[in-house]
Order: sequence, then C-alpha cells, then structure tokens
Amino acid sequence: MTAANPSVFLLMVNGQVESAQFPEYDDLYCKYCFVYGQDWAPTAGLEEGISQITSKSQDVRQVLVWNFPIDVTFKSTNPYGWPQIVLSVYGPDVFGNDVVRGYGAVHVPFSPGRHKRTIAMFVPESTSKLQKFTSWFMGRRPEYTDPKVVAQGEGREVTRVRSQGFVTLLFNVVTKDMRKLGYDTGPADTQDIPR
Amino acid sequence: MNPEEEKVKIITEESTEDDQEADVGRRRKSSKVQRQRRKRQPPTADPKEMVSEKAHVGSQQELGQEEPETHLLSMPARRGPRSLPPIPSMSRTGFAEFSMRERLREKLQAARSKAESVLLQEIPTPRPRRLRSPGEKVSETGLGTEPSEEVQAAHHRDDSTSYSRIKFRDAVQKIKSKPQAPPGFPSAEEACNFFTFNFDPEPEQPALKAKGKDRDGAKQEEEEGEEESPAGGVSRTDDEELLGDRDTKDFLLGLDPAAEDFVAIRPAEYEGVHTRLEKEKEILFVPSRRAVPTYKKLPENVQPRFLEDEGLYTGARPEMSRTNQNIMENRLLQQDPGRKWFGDDGRILALPSPIKPFPSRPPPLAQELSDKAGLETLYKKAVKYAHRTQHTIGSGDPLGNFQLDIDVSGLIFTHHPCFSREHVLAARLAQLYDQYLARHQRNKAKFLTDKLQALRNAVRSGLHPEKPHQSLDATQRTINEYKSEIRETRKLRDAEQEKDRTLLRTIIKVWKEMKALREFQRFTNTPLKLVLRKEKVNQKAEEEAYEAEIQAEVSELMEEHTEEYEQKMEEYRASYQQWKVWRRAQKAKKKKKKQVEECPEGETEDELSPGEEPTKPALPEPPDRAALEQQARERAAHIRRRPGEPALLPELSLAGSVTPSDQCPRAEVLRREDVKRRMVYLKILFNSKEVSRTVNRQLGADFRVHFGQIFNLQIFNWPESLLLQVYETVGHTSTVLLAEVFLPVPETTVVTGRAPMEEVEFSSSQHVTLDHEGVGSGVPFSFEADGSNQLTLMTSGRVSHSVAWAVGDNGTPLIPPLSQQNIGFRSALKRADAISSIGTSGLTDMKKLAKWAAESKLDPNDPNNAPLMQLISVATSGESYVPDFFRLEQLQQEFNFVTNEELNRSKRFRLLCLRSQEVPEFRNYKQIPAYDREIMEKVFQDYEKRLRDKSVIETRDHIDTHRAVVAKYLQQVRESVVNRFLTAKHHILLTDLVVEDEVPNISIWGLSLFKLAEQKRPLRPRRKGRKKVTAQNLSDGDIKLLVNICRAYDIPVRKPTARAPNGDYSTASLQSVKDEVFINVFDEVLHDILEDDRERGSGIHTRIERHWLGCVKIPFSTIYSQARIDGTFKIDIPPVLLGYCKERSVTAERGLDSVRSLSEGSYLTLFITIEPQLVPGQPVREKFDSQEDEKLLQATEKFQAECALKFPNRQCFTTVIDLSGKTVFITRYLKPLNPPEELLNAYPSNPQAIAELAARYVSLIPFLPDTASFTGVCDLWSTSDQFLDLLAGDEEEHAVLLCNYFLFLGKKAWLVMGNAIPEGPTVYVLTWEQNHYFIWNPCSGHFYGQFDTFCPLKSVSCLIGPDNIWFNIQQYDSPLRINFDVTKPKLWKSFFSRSLPYPGLSSVQPEELIYQRTDKAAAAELQDRIEKMLKEKIMDWRPRHLTRWNRHCTSTLRHFLPLLERSHGEDVEDDHRAELQRQLGDYRFSGFPLHLSYSEVKPLIEAVYSTGVHNIDVPNAEFALAVYIHPYPKNVLSVWIYVASLIRNR
Repeated sequence: MTAANPSVFLLMVNGQVESAQFPEYDDLYCKYCFVYGQDWAPTAGLEEGISQITSKSQDVRQVLVWNFPIDVTFKSTNPYGWPQIVLSVYGPDVFGNDVVRGYGAVHVPFSPGRHKRTIAMFVPESTSKLQKFTSWFMGRRPEYTDPKVVAQGEGREVTRVRSQGFVTLLFNVVTKDMRKLGYDTGPADTQDIPR
Repeated sequence: MNPEEEKVKIITEESTEDDQEADVGRRRKSSKVQRQRRKRQPPTADPKEMVSEKAHVGSQQELGQEEPETHLLSMPARRGPRSLPPIPSMSRTGFAEFSMRERLREKLQAARSKAESVLLQEIPTPRPRRLRSPGEKVSETGLGTEPSEEVQAAHHRDDSTSYSRIKFRDAVQKIKSKPQAPPGFPSAEEACNFFTFNFDPEPEQPALKAKGKDRDGAKQEEEEGEEESPAGGVSRTDDEELLGDRDTKDFLLGLDPAAEDFVAIRPAEYEGVHTRLEKEKEILFVPSRRAVPTYKKLPENVQPRFLEDEGLYTGARPEMSRTNQNIMENRLLQQDPGRKWFGDDGRILALPSPIKPFPSRPPPLAQELSDKAGLETLYKKAVKYAHRTQHTIGSGDPLGNFQLDIDVSGLIFTHHPCFSREHVLAARLAQLYDQYLARHQRNKAKFLTDKLQALRNAVRSGLHPEKPHQSLDATQRTINEYKSEIRETRKLRDAEQEKDRTLLRTIIKVWKEMKALREFQRFTNTPLKLVLRKEKVNQKAEEEAYEAEIQAEVSELMEEHTEEYEQKMEEYRASYQQWKVWRRAQKAKKKKKKQVEECPEGETEDELSPGEEPTKPALPEPPDRAALEQQARERAAHIRRRPGEPALLPELSLAGSVTPSDQCPRAEVLRREDVKRRMVYLKILFNSKEVSRTVNRQLGADFRVHFGQIFNLQIFNWPESLLLQVYETVGHTSTVLLAEVFLPVPETTVVTGRAPMEEVEFSSSQHVTLDHEGVGSGVPFSFEADGSNQLTLMTSGRVSHSVAWAVGDNGTPLIPPLSQQNIGFRSALKRADAISSIGTSGLTDMKKLAKWAAESKLDPNDPNNAPLMQLISVATSGESYVPDFFRLEQLQQEFNFVTNEELNRSKRFRLLCLRSQEVPEFRNYKQIPAYDREIMEKVFQDYEKRLRDKSVIETRDHIDTHRAVVAKYLQQVRESVVNRFLTAKHHILLTDLVVEDEVPNISIWGLSLFKLAEQKRPLRPRRKGRKKVTAQNLSDGDIKLLVNICRAYDIPVRKPTARAPNGDYSTASLQSVKDEVFINVFDEVLHDILEDDRERGSGIHTRIERHWLGCVKIPFSTIYSQARIDGTFKIDIPPVLLGYCKERSVTAERGLDSVRSLSEGSYLTLFITIEPQLVPGQPVREKFDSQEDEKLLQATEKFQAECALKFPNRQCFTTVIDLSGKTVFITRYLKPLNPPEELLNAYPSNPQAIAELAARYVSLIPFLPDTASFTGVCDLWSTSDQFLDLLAGDEEEHAVLLCNYFLFLGKKAWLVMGNAIPEGPTVYVLTWEQNHYFIWNPCSGHFYGQFDTFCPLKSVSCLIGPDNIWFNIQQYDSPLRINFDVTKPKLWKSFFSRSLPYPGLSSVQPEELIYQRTDKAAAAELQDRIEKMLKEKIMDWRPRHLTRWNRHCTSTLRHFLPLLERSHGEDVEDDHRAELQRQLGDYRFSGFPLHLSYSEVKPLIEAVYSTGVHNIDVPNAEFALAVYIHPYPKNVLSVWIYVASLIRNR
C-alpha cells in the first residue's frame, strides 16, 4: 500500500465552519466549497456543503454558530493550486428575500496541525446609489456570478466590495507524502525531523 | 521594654483619666498617627548625627522644632525614627547621671546630643516650669517662638553643625520648653508614678478623641512624652513643643469628656493666627526654596555623573530661575518615586531648550525691493537620495572596528574681532610673507629667465645653421616658432618679475605702515619683525648682464616692430589705394551732382554719408630703436632690480617684544583682557554627529590656539562628513559657534603617521563690534585718520589638522571596506567607479581595466566587484583567451538550482510551462505527474507534430496544393483568432463577475409591483432564465450537453421487406465530436440469427442492425452561443435510401405552397441545451480604423444605437470588418457579379433553374466559420473574389456571393440578417420573384417561401440592399408574420433617407469575377485517391472482420453517381432502385449516397464513419464504395460518395 515512491501526496482537511460575526444580520446560513488547481483531485469527502440557518446568540457576543463540519481529502501532484475554501453566507433581508451577506475565501493551511482562521466576509457593492436602492428594494443585491471568483485574483479589479463580518473556521490538516515528494510545509522546528 | 510600647503606655496613662475603658485598637491607631508624623520629620542632614543613636534622636528633636517648613521633605530619605532600636540602658544612665553624660557628650562635639542633654537636664526638674503660669507661656510662645523660628530658618541654610548655632538653638529651646507645662498636666507625682508603676494590668484607655482628632491626641502624647518621660523620650520625638495653647485646649477636652455631657458652655473655639499657621504647616506643604543637596536626588552611593563632561551631547537646558528649580526639586523629592525625575547629574531631567536663539521668521524686509527678494525662488537641482544602507555596514561586510585618527593641532585666526589694527597689519604682513616664501620657493622668474636664455641660444644657433642638410624652409619655420616662444616667455617673465617686485614692495609698505602704527599708538602688540637682508652683488657683472638683457630685448622688440611695421605698411598701401579710388569716384560724383541738380536729396545724402567715407589712412611710423630702448629700460627699471642695487631678502621673525599691558592705553588693555577672556574649543562632528570636542583653550595674545589633541574615532560607518565646529566662549557667558570647517575624508592610503598636517581655512560671517581697541568683525574700519579707505574684515582663520586612518595592531589599516564608500564621494568615486577613473573607453580595454583594478585595490571578496574580478582574473592570468563579452550576472549561475539545459529537459517543467501558456493541447491537463519519469513522451507528440507541421505543408491530406495552402492560411487565421479570444477571455468586465440587476425603468417597476401581488407558487410556472456561468469557472467535465429529441417528421420508413418491424427511429447518438453535434438517425433492426428453429425454445439470439437514415449536424459553437436550441431541423437524408421509402401522405396543407413542396424532407424537433448555461463570450471590443467618411461612421453609430434602443435583441449591422481589418460600410459588398458561364448556359430558358444552380454552386463552397472555435470574436467579411480564392467562408460570404449572383440575374435580392435555427445569428438571402418572397439559405442552397413553416430562418432583424439598410421595426420578427415591403417607413427604418441621402458608395467588390475551368483530370485523380483512401479506412475500422468489396456493385454505383449530380439528387431513387434490383437481385442491400462539398479529406472520412456502414457484423457482408467528383469552375468540387453494404440473401 505505501509505495516507497509515491506519485501523489494527500491532504486531508477536516474541521468546521465554527461561527460568524455579522453585527447587522441574523438568521444566516453558509455554503462552502473548495477551489483547487488542475493538479488536484478530491478523493474523499464532500467538496461543498450548505449549512443550517443559525440565529444570533442571545448573549453579548451575538455570535452566529454553525459548527458545520468540513471533511475532505485531496490528492495532488503539485502544490500549485493549493485548495482554498470559499465561503458564502446568505440570509434574509428585511423583505424576506435571501440575499448574500458575505463571500470569503482562505487557503487550507499548509502545515499539518490545528489551525484557526478568521476571514473577513465581503459582498460586491452596487455600481451606483440608485442601483443600491433598487437592489435593496427588489431584494436582488449584487452577487458574484460564482462564489468561486473570490478564490481567484483575475478580474477582481472591476469589482468593489464591502466587508460585512467575519467567519471563523477551524482546520485540522493532515498531509501524507508531502515530504517524500520534496515539499516541506511543517513548522520550522519540525523540519529537521528525520523521515 | 520596647520603646514603642512604652510610649503607648504613656498615652494610655493620659487617657485613663478621661475614660477608663481600654481600647487597644485605638491606641494602636493613635500610635500610628504618631508614627506617621514622625516620618515626616526632616532627615538629618549631617552624617555626624548618626554617630550615636541618642545623638540621632536628639537631632531629630531639634530639627523638628527648628524647621517645621522643611521637615516634610525628607520623608523618603530615612526610616522612621521609631524603628531605630533605642539603647535603654543608655537612656537610663542618662537619667541617672546626666551630668556626667553631658560632659561626655559635649566632649563628643555633637551639637544635637548637647541639645538632648539639655532636655534631659530639664526633665528631672519640672518645677520651674510649674511655676509659670499658662498665660505666661502663651505670651512666650506667641512672641518667642516666632522670631526664633525665623532666626533658625535664616541660619539653617548653612551648616547646622556649627557649634555656636547649636548653642544658640539650645538656648532657644530652653526658653521654649519652659513655659510648655500646661496647667492640667500630670504632676510630678504622676510622672513619678508613670515611671515607677507597672501599668500593664491596668485597662488601658483608648484615645478618646474621634478619628478626626487623632492628630491632636498624638500631639498631646508627644507633649507629654517630652515632659514626663525622659526615658521614654528616647523613642519619641518631642517636636510638638510649639503647639502652644491649642494643646491646652485639647487637653482640657481630653480631661473631662464626661463634663461635656452636662456642661454645654464651652470656650469660644478660637484659633489664634499662630495656631492656624501651625496647623496649616502640618496640612500644607510649602516647598523650600533652598537648593537640595545632590545626594538626595540620587540613589544612594551614586556619584553624580556629568554627561556633558564625558563628552556626550546634552544640549542646552532651558533657562530657568534657580529658585523655581529648587522649589520644583523639593516638591519632587516629596513625592513618592520622586527620584525618577532626576538625571544622573542630579538635576531635573530636561529636554534641550526648544527655543531658537534667532527668529525663524525672516526679518521684516525694507522697502519695495525686498518684496522680490523675499519671493525669489531658487532653483535647486533635485538631488538623488543616496540610499542609507550605503553608509552602514552590510551584512556581508566584515564587522570590524575602524578607526579614524583626527589630529587637531591648533587654530590660527587670520582675523578676529579682537584684532587690533596692528594685528590686522601683522596678519596681512604674515600673509604676504607666506606668499613671498611660496613664490621664492618656486622662483618662477628664474625659471622663465633661463628658458628665455635657452630659447635665444636656440635662435642664434638656428640663424647660423650647422646642419646644412636641413632645409632652409624648415629652419626658418623653427626660428619663427622660437621667436614667438621667446616673445611669450618674455612677457611671462616680465609679469612674474613684476609680481615679485610688487610683492616685495607691498611687504615693505605694510611693514612700514606697521612701524608707523606702532609708533603712533606707542605700544606694540605683535612680536612681528621684518628684517630686510641686503645681499651684496657684483655690480659690474650685473650691470653687464642687465645691459645685455636690455639689448637683447631691444633687438627683439625691434625685430617685432619691424615686422609689424611692414605689415602695417602693407595694409596702408592697400587701404590707400582703396581710398584713392573712392576719392576719385567721389569727385566724379560731385561733378555729376553739380550737373544734375534735381537729383533727389536722399540719394545724395546716402552717398555722402560719413560712415561710408573711408578716411585717408595714416602712414605708419617706422620703429624707432631709441624709443624702444627707452621703453625697455623703463620697464626694466620698474620690474627689475637695478644693477648694483643690493638684493633685498625680507625675513619675518617674531623676535619683537610686545609692550606690557601696564604701559598700554586703556583701550588696549581692555582689548587684551577681552582676548584673555576668550576661549576656543572645537567640536568634532562625524557624519553630523558630535563625537568629541577639544578642551577649552584660551585664545592666545597672538590669536593662536594650540590644542594638540588626537581623537581616535572608532567608527562603523564610512565617514560621510567630518566637521569641525569652532566655538568661542567669552568669559563665562556665552558660547558662539564661529565657523564650521569640513575636513576632507582621507584617502584610504593615508594612515596614521604618514598624514601630513594640513591647514583648512574657515571664516565666519558674524558681526562683532567691540568697544575697545579690537577692530571687530564685519565692521568697516580704517587705518586712515579721515576714515577713508575702509576695510571690512570677517573673522577667519585656519585650523591645522591631520586626518588619517589608524593602523591596527597587525599593521593593517583600519579602513572600512570599499563597498561602503559612497559613490558620491570624489575620493571614493575614483576608486569604485572604473568609468570615472579610466574613462569609458578604458572599459573595453581589458589590460587597462585590469591595471586600474590592481591600482585601486579592489576588494576581491566584495560581491560588488565580482564581475570585474572575474574579468580581471581572466585578463591577468595570461591566458590568450579573453572573452569578448562582459557578463553582468555571472553569479546568477550559483543560484540556479539546475542548469537551464536540465530545466529544459525536465518534462514536468515543460508540461507546467505549456499548461500555463494555455497551449491548446495542455490547457486542461490534469494532475501533472510529480516526477519526470511518470510523464510519457507521447504526451508531447501531438504538440510537437503540430509545431512541426506549422511550417511544412502537408500534401498528403490535401490532394491539391492550392487547397493545402488555403488550409494552412486558414489554420493560421484560426490560431490567431483563438489567441485573441484567449486574451479577450482574461479581460473581465464587471458583469462577468457580479450579477446585478439593472436599474429598472418604469415598466419593470410596474411589473415588479405587479409581481409582488403574484402568487408565490403559480400553478403554471413559467420557465425562468438559468444562472449563467462564465467559462473561466469551468473545468473539464462540468459541461453537459442536454439533448432532448421531441419528435420527428417524415422519417423514411422501412419497406416491409424486413421481417422484424420493431425498429424505431428515436435512437440518437450524441457524438461529442470536437466541434459539431451529429444527430444521426438510425433504423434499428433486430435480426434473429438463430438458424435453427429447434433452438428457439431455449434461447434468443438476435442481432441488432442499425441503418443510417440521416443526420443533423449542429455545430457546438451554435449551441454555445445560443445557449439553447429549440426547434425543428431538417434531417440531412441522402437522396437515395435503399430499402426505405417516404410515406407520401398527400395532404391538403400544401395548398399554400403554390410553387412546389419546398419542405420536402424529414424533420427532427430538438431541444438542446448546455448544463450549466454558459455565458457566450463577448465580442472583442475593438475599434478598427476605417476609410469611410467620418460622417457616415457617425451616422452608423447613431443608427445602431437607435436600433439597439428600440429592439435590443435585433442585431443591426451597418459596418463590417474586411480581411485587412478595416471597417467597411456593409452595402459596399453588394454588387451584381457574374456567376460562371457554365451555370448560365446550363438552362438558358429557365431563370429559376439558373438561380437554383447558382445557389447550389455557392453552397458547394466549403463552409468555414470565422469564429473558428467559439463565439463571434470578430466577423471578418471577405469580398467575393477573396472568398472564391480561399474557397472557404461562413454564412455572410456565401450570402454575399449568392446575393450578388441574384442581382446579376436581375432579381431583386437583399441580404437578410436574422436568427436561423441551427446557426444562430446568420445571413440569408431574400429574393422577390413572382409576387413571392423567397428565403435562400446560402450554405445549403435550399430556398423557402416566406410562409414555409420549416424555414430555418426564425427572425429577421434587418435587410441590406446594395444601396440601403432597413431595420425591422415591426412588432414581430418572424418571417411568417412580417411584411417585407421595405418601402413602408413605418415597418422598416432605413439608413439612408431624405435627411441622409445615399452618397453613392463605391463597391469593394471586383468589377467581374473570373473563373478558371477546373482541371478535369486532376478531379479524376482526386476521385481515385479519395476512393482508395476511404476503402482503406473502412477496412481499418473493421479490424476483426474481413472486408470484401463487391466490384460489380461498385461499378454500378459509380455509374449512378453522375446521374445524381445532374439531377441534384432528386427524383432518381426509383429508377436507381429498380436498376440495382435488377443487377444485384439476391442481395439485401443497404446504402446511400453522400453529397459533400470538398475542402479536405477529413470531413469525408468523418461523414462516412458517422453513417456506421462499417458496423455490420454479418460475417458475409460485402461492401461497395464509389466516389464521384464533379468539378465546377474555380475548383469548386462536388463530392459524391456512395457507400453500401450488401448481404447475400440465402
């Protein structure tokens, strides 16, 4: 099973979309999906998911807790195109329309271990004040054609965004055969550990 | 017994009288209060007090009494006195035998011990106190204490240990303490009791006072303590003696609190002024104004440190009065961590004074000229900021201590404000003397004289040539040169000699002036003394030499002048001639003028204008030798020493004596004193930071300051600047920065010991006016009595110094490495920059460069020099090979982790590169293997092949070379288009990224309002637009093509010959061929292949045969751009389908079709879409240049904008882009053009047939979309001749050609822009014939009536004629529902109208099309080759079966094909079938002819393959294949392929 010369390395990510802080909004749910390069392929687990709707906690923290698990394994031959998790948060506006409350993306941590990431969530802005009003009124806020655009750099210069809140993610990362393929992502103090 | 406890007892003892209740807590409290108060007692300033415990306590006492205003300050300095353990035995003995003790103490000199002894003395004799009345006491305190205090305060500033003062104080104390016994005080008995009784068991009385009164209580106690307990007093301090009457009152209160319950009458609560003051003294803190001793401000055992003295820069502290400072210090000390406010030097920390000594605002400018001056702008060239790191040690540089030794030996003022007039002269004299010495040393006059001599000798020898072989000419030239040289040299020598002489004269003059001055002022200030030494000379020899010199000079001058004279004579003659001529002319003119009086005035005046009148030249005078000699002699006398006159050698010495001060007048004395008061020191600034300074030296009377100090600067940075600042201090008052002197940074070769002393001049612009003999600076003064001839001198001087690099222990100079040196420095520049050192040309000369490198001592380890070093190593190693290139980054190699070759060899790297370049083959390559070895070589094969093929024209696939060339060209066009598309893909618009609703207009508003009322879940939901996905987010496999075949019409049905009727037509195979979707319709036949009926019961064995019936081809690009295709398509059914027939259901609905059934054929209704929906790529937004009229272009834009506004879905073309990329107005493409003769001659009588033939011809030209792979990137329109040359084009080219043919044929024809069903936006041709409109599909050659439901054209947006464009503004755009009458402006919006008439645009089409007849032989050859190739292919496709060819059948088919061509594939089926039947009777036959236009072989093969004829598994099947090519003019070929399979019937 364990080949002496592996041709791929594996990256196992589990964790959860823990919570969010959206000071102005309530009753939100989130979607996640992974964006990865051409040399990557998921081997197990769910690449995307949609969470339950959560309401703000009643305490002062006003935190939205999803605790939505992530569990996915990728294989790859090339660290280029390292997977990113793309989050999009939705919730009802005053008229009850489902509108987007934030997009955000973050790379899956490189080094094995437990990582906590807090990412700022943003939404595209309307192109004009009038558009802003109508989109608010119609409940059709500007959205990305695909949430995955937040994981890429190309073409972002044409958009304007506004931050809305934060989402906290927890990752537990396990890699396999990375070092055998010559990639060292561990923390500095473990780098000299003999294989 | 602990003294504290003891004391407590005393308190309680007191209190018991009032209240018998014991309260330990309160007692504690009161004692605490006491302690606190103790703490506030002043520290003992004198260490002597510490000698003994007792003395210490005593002193405390004293101070407590004496300095109530300062005692609070000393709190932190010492521990509370209570904590000091007393020595009870001592106190006891003191009590017992006080006299003895007193003696001892007095002997022991401690003043405070004396004080205590006095106290002690008093205690056992309380009686005298008792005798005094309280009133007395009050009066005494009232009067007595106050002055005493004052006295004390006055004296306290001084040493408090002075004995006499102690004495005095003791006396005061005595006075004070006596009256202090209050009336209600414990009696002697009580006191006795106190000391003899044991109070322990007795319940103690708490301090009865409330908390607020604790203080009073405490006082009370202390008072008591003083009175009664000499023993206990050891631990107590009795500083409350002064409390006076208040104590009394307190005491009263304390005595009988019980009385308060009954007696309401109390004494008026009056507080005397003093009492209040006393109280206030306790509450308020008044900081002392006295200076705080330094040690209080510093941590213990720390010596004050004066940073300034250590050479650190501290800056000037802000001005602050001493008193304020003291108060502040005292206050700070009182605070808890007060010491943090004090610096190491014991002074309050202070920032340097921020106040500048001069105003930053420019002084008010005078009058109007200042306006401009104030606003004047100075241009300063931008200075490039030198990077900071250049001056610091880089990480790569060795860290070391570098040392720069600066030797400042001294300072000489060449002018100073304190200079007296004599000094000024002396300085001038010294300067002149220096000049003289310098000149003397050079002795230029002598040198020039010698030179002159030599030249004269040379001339003389030249005149008498000893070398006859030399040509006379050359000699003459040399002599002339010599002569001119002599002339020059003589002039120079004369000048030099004159200067020497003048200098000497000036020296003497100044000296004389000085002497006069000395005489005048009757004193001497300077020791300068000039001695003129006369040197005896040989008069005779000198006279001779002098005379000879004169003579030589005269003769030379003579010669010169003669020459000059001759020249002048020459000139004179010439000008004289001229003058004569003019004169004559003048005379003639005058004569004429006299004759002709009427000559205009102006003319005459012009002629007579004096400017033009040449003067009569004067005759030059011949040189006069005597005069010349006179001149020479005069000059010689002026500049030269007369012969025989002794040579004067001035010698300046300092041997003179200076008049002592007491003999000088007062002004001079003042000046000298002023000079004495002046001190000078230098600050040394390294990189504009002060690093050290010299000692402050007094200015000498000779205005010289000798420092003689060497400063060793340990440096880390390359010296940017070395600066000496000259400071002058006058007395103790002020320090003035006189001047700044920049020292040059030494060359790296200059090391200590070898550096010469150098002098640097400085000057200051300060203005000083002095009120004594000093002349001041910047102030005009004069030597003359009348004040004329004013001089203004500025302070100036010279600093003599030497700067050198130190030498380390091992002899190496401690110089920072070269790399640190700033390029900006001149000295460094020469070294570091080769160009400035040896010039640009030197760079190319290797040897020169190497030499320079060696000379400049480049650091070979410095990476900056690496390229040079490498070069030099090559150049100097003696190798013959010197590379003719100069590598700049030769170190780069070290950083390459593999060589380039290796990198190129890496397949993985290559693959990654290609993928990132988006090379089509690798664009979507997934999972590039991690190792090279896992990458197959074949991955690159396709790509490499393609690259190879790029240049080579493959002729195998293309039968004729013409087509090959065209194909190549098209391939290139396609590639460039694809590339453009790919770049366009990376150009992202907001709409690509963000979905945002547009701002709704009012109708949408209304609609949406209406929508609000709408049901959320309507019963009949409407189809909603799907979300579009941009292509960039897709990866392979994401796109699914959904094909839904709804129904089909008129599918050929199998003839009932087949046994099993269970076949159906709905089987569709979606072949995901690269670009096109083929929908092939098959008839699936189930054959029972069981031969034996006996086996039928046990098993079913059938064979499925599929018979191809036809196909529908839909390009993927159409689906992609349309997003969804929903419609009915005509199935491309071969003209002959053997074994199938159409159900001829003769129906009535053809009634409308009066001409003929145009809709004959089978149809398939399809719904095709892509999941997810893709956003069609936007056309490249490019603007092309144009040769059209600008007005026309504007009109087109306007027209298009208007149209788009009305009907955004209807596309409107007004301009298109031609092959050269220029915008062309669309109507220029339409022009009647001749079809081939052949076609015209085919049916001379039937124009309809000709039209059809023309359409067929056009349709035979291969179709090739411009938009090669995806989307309408940009549509290029080629003209018809280009189209025919290329033999490829898409709809518009076909349509244009067809339309032009129709126009030629005299039809009314238009181009129709619109949407057709498979193609999407396309161009059709509309004709008007016989009151009917026909719509022609130019690509298929079919035509439809306007009302044909099966017409693929589904919408019409505009019509284009040869002279106008009409945009459809009707409500509907379906051809069925619109009116094609373009004359109605309500239905059609025309481009050219009355407002914009048609300007008569010329056509871009050629005048005439020229057709060559196609070579029939070539066509026949092609036919054979194609047939052969197809046969091979079919055999290839059947690898497991034997493929037999039925020759007989093939030949039959071959004969049949031309027939088909002739009839255009119509109405031949029945005859053909009959004939086949006849010939091949016993075969079950399935086959069909395919008709294609020919472009290349590959589509033919694909077409054959898609029919699936080769898929027959029947073992004994035979095949037949025939190919026929019908050549049309211009190489348009019609290809027929007949393919059939035959199965022999048993």
